Amino acid sequence: MKILVCITHVPDTTSRIAFTDGDTKFDSNGVQYIIGPYDDYAVARAVELKESQGATITVVNVGRVETEPTIRKALAIGADDAIRINAEPEDSYFVAKQIANVAKDSGYDLILMGRESIDFNGGVVHGIVGELLEIPSVSSVMKLDIDGNVAKIAREIEGGKEYIELEMPFVAGCQEPIAEWKIPNMRGIMTARSKPLNVVDPVDTDHLDKLVRFELPPPKGDIKMIDPEHMEELVSLLKNEAKVL
Amino acid sequence: METIEQTTAIMGGEFLIKETEASTVFIPEEWSEEQKMIFQTCKDFLAKEVYPRLDEIDSQKDPELMPELMGKAGKLGLLGISIPEKWGGYGMDLNTTMMIVDALGSGHSFVVALSAHTGIGTLPILYYGNEAQKDKYLPKLASGEMKSAYCLTEPDSGSDANAAKTRATLSEDGTHYLMNGQKMWITNGGFADLFIVFAKIEDDKILSAFIVEKSFGGITMNEEEKKMGIKGSSTRQIFFNDCKVPVENLLYDRGKGFKIAVNILNVGRIKLASSCIGGSKDIITTAVKYANERKQFGKSIGEFGAIKYKLAEMASRTFASESAVYRTGSNIDKAYDSYVNEGMEPAQARLKALEEFAIECAIMKVHGSEVLDYCADEGVQIFGGMGYSADAPMDRAYRDSRINRIFEGTNEINRLLTIDMLLKRAMKGRIDLMGPAMKVAKELTSIPDFGVSEDEGLFAKEKKALRNLKKAGLMISGAAVQKFMQKLADEQEILMNLADMLIEGYVAESALLRVEKLIGLRGEENCSIQTDMMRIYLYEAVENASRVAKEAIYAIAEGDEQRMMLMGLKRFTKMEPFNLKEARRRVANHLLDKNEYSFK
Ligand SMILES: Cc1cc2nc3c(=O)[nH]c(=O)nc-3n(C[C@H](O)[C@H](O)[C@H](O)COP(=O)(O)OP(=O)(O)OC[C@H]3O[C@@H](n4cnc5c(N)ncnc54)[C@H](O)[C@@H]3O)c2cc1C
Ligand SMILES: Cc1cc2nc3c(=O)[nH]c(=O)nc-3n(C[C@H](O)[C@H](O)[C@H](O)COP(=O)(O)OP(=O)(O)OC[C@H]3O[C@@H](n4cnc5c(N)ncnc54)[C@H](O)[C@@H]3O)c2cc1C
Repeated sequence: MKILVCITHVPDTTSRIAFTDGDTKFDSNGVQYIIGPYDDYAVARAVELKESQGATITVVNVGRVETEPTIRKALAIGADDAIRINAEPEDSYFVAKQIANVAKDSGYDLILMGRESIDFNGGVVHGIVGELLEIPSVSSVMKLDIDGNVAKIAREIEGGKEYIELEMPFVAGCQEPIAEWKIPNMRGIMTARSKPLNVVDPVDTDHLDKLVRFELPPPKGDIKMIDPEHMEELVSLLKNEAKVL
Repeated sequence: METIEQTTAIMGGEFLIKETEASTVFIPEEWSEEQKMIFQTCKDFLAKEVYPRLDEIDSQKDPELMPELMGKAGKLGLLGISIPEKWGGYGMDLNTTMMIVDALGSGHSFVVALSAHTGIGTLPILYYGNEAQKDKYLPKLASGEMKSAYCLTEPDSGSDANAAKTRATLSEDGTHYLMNGQKMWITNGGFADLFIVFAKIEDDKILSAFIVEKSFGGITMNEEEKKMGIKGSSTRQIFFNDCKVPVENLLYDRGKGFKIAVNILNVGRIKLASSCIGGSKDIITTAVKYANERKQFGKSIGEFGAIKYKLAEMASRTFASESAVYRTGSNIDKAYDSYVNEGMEPAQARLKALEEFAIECAIMKVHGSEVLDYCADEGVQIFGGMGYSADAPMDRAYRDSRINRIFEGTNEINRLLTIDMLLKRAMKGRIDLMGPAMKVAKELTSIPDFGVSEDEGLFAKEKKALRNLKKAGLMISGAAVQKFMQKLADEQEILMNLADMLIEGYVAESALLRVEKLIGLRGEENCSIQTDMMRIYLYEAVENASRVAKEAIYAIAEGDEQRMMLMGLKRFTKMEPFNLKEARRRVANHLLDKNEYSFK
């Protein structure tokens, strides 16, 4: 089985978010980067599949050279080789186009992604890649088992789960608890550097949108504590002060 | 007139009389990508396996839990870091080994168990074992299949380790020793499969060391000790009753156990220091987050100067301690490399390198554990009432911190050791203390140097302050040796004063060298907070040293001599006015803005 796992290089979830250049650029100063948490689960599931039934795993990232430590972490976790498409991931369509281009003639049985990136939270790259490659795509995949050429999937839907089966190849957007979170071990870390990390140029792609600016949510307002005995006070505040009722 | 000379080859203890080039020290900002990944693996391991179970670990209700966690750490490879690849480990240098316990330093009881196993429980075999012993035990220790403990302390023999009474007598057929005695405070005792035991053979005056498997029989133990902190760490009294130890399990040579114990403690101490720094960094981050969140009088408490003071102090001391710890670790690694290049056998080279820097190891043990205690104490204070709540994190941090000043040699013993080792080296001619001390004494009677021409270059003033601090140390140690001669050992109060000066000097210098090197890498404008922390630390180091120095002078000298020394001290500890308040505010504001201890 050949698995392609697409990973993002995103600020650690505890980072303080700020912008520069007139709110058009993310301020990366002092920010620690990680593999996108959903992508991390995708990598972990790929490694589990490799361990249980044999597979080769390629990780791909669309990004500049600074994403390489993140890519090597995926190699340390258990991927066999990696591709970095050397471009700024400018928008979801651009990224999907790059991934599809790398995947199109390579015969991957499975293309695993995260359910969504945690920086821009588009949740669309898997769909676009599936469309571009003319293969199915499913997302919010919580369980993924492979039996022969058929995948058995459980996906999260509003208020419950949906069970589906489909044939490979396809694209899946993964989330927990699809796999046990994997921490790279010493052996993996020591061998990561000797695994191939191929850098390829991007293909030309149209830009379908243009960034205007970012805006941070307004700071949290003051909190009022209300005694549970005085519900009428709460209702009145919600009605008259917060004006949400 | 300069007493301090330039040099490139680094020798242990020499920092006192020589100046170090910033380019020659290792700084934590230089960790490689791989080392950072290993660091993160440790942090992830804590997040996944340890933090969610801290209460469960501390309750000790499930005796399998700690060995199970150790097994998981073993699977990740974390137990074999310093063991060569041929025995299933990764053969990493000391600094990387230290970095790992730094990363795990916020792991409470877990890091105690892991450190005891990988350090004092494994290294005696690695450094002193013969090939057969290494082949037999190291792979199992590296994988975690066997867990180990170190049995030195006894009810009547703690700091005075060589007073141990445990005996080993050779059987009539000469195939094994019968071991009898009682050990106390044995970390990992409850679940260890392997014990490094120190005992005296027959009527020997000096200890020998043995590798004892639990399966040898004749081993019983008391219940778990009820402790103030590190409650999840197994601590037992262990009894040996005719425990049959095969003769081939004698470690190294008969009568060499005390030497083994002392040398192994050198590594134990420097690793304990790095682990303490990891704990301190974590406490600072927890405190900073709380200071940002907790509101009183309509403001977050981090906006109050009194809280900023604490945060900045915690960070400056931790930063300085960290600078010195990895400077030391790297120097030990460099010494090791050079001995190996000269053809020395690796295990021997490790030991010699550690011995060379034994003074620094003792210094760092004291400093790291006291910084952690300071951070834990102020951490509780920043949390206010919540600091005292057993449901909030500072309670555990506070209780768990305290042990570090006691084990691996109490801080008193380590303070005494620093000066004792230094004077012994001077006596043997390995370090020239007397020459520089005499020069300083002469300088006292000469016209004061106003130092106008020296104040040039990066940190010229700070460097001068450090040189002077060292001069003050030399002046007082010289006078103390002359006055008390052989009886100086009885003047522990003065030795403690000298140790404090030595510690402050080494740590402040290390912080200075780190910032100087960092500025070379990142530019001055990107290191302003580090510069502030270094200056805060240096200023306080000089103040502290000046206070203890005065005490020492009062005790050593009288009349004119005393007056002259006090004048010298004043000259040597004169600092230019420095607005500490503003510097601390800048440091604290930076921490609050980053919402963590952010100097990586
Ligand atoms: C420096 C930089 C500049 C940017 N500028 C812009 C901008 O100007 N306008 C704008 O709209 N967005 C911008 N982005 C955001 C960028 O478009 C998205 O992060 C990226 O395209 C993913 O889109 P998404 O959030 O829709 O991903 P999702 O659809 O949420 O991601 C789903 C999954 O797709 C895969 N995936 C996503 N991105 C990548 C990638 N780069 N490499 C490999 N796999 C990936 C992952 O598996 C991920 O879990 C920028 C990002 C960066 C880092
Ligand atoms: C939780 C815990 C875990 C431990 N784990 C281990 C372990 O795994 N293996 C092991 O072998 N030991 C272990 N120990 C023992 C530890 O190393 C000793 O407790 C320590 O060395 C001090 O010895 P002591 O308790 O006998 O104190 P004492 O030696 O009685 O010291 C009491 C006080 O007197 C001071 N003092 C003693 N001698 C002098 C002197 N010459 N000059 C000045 N002051 C002096 C000490 O500094 C101390 O303040 C552990 C202890 C604890 C509490």
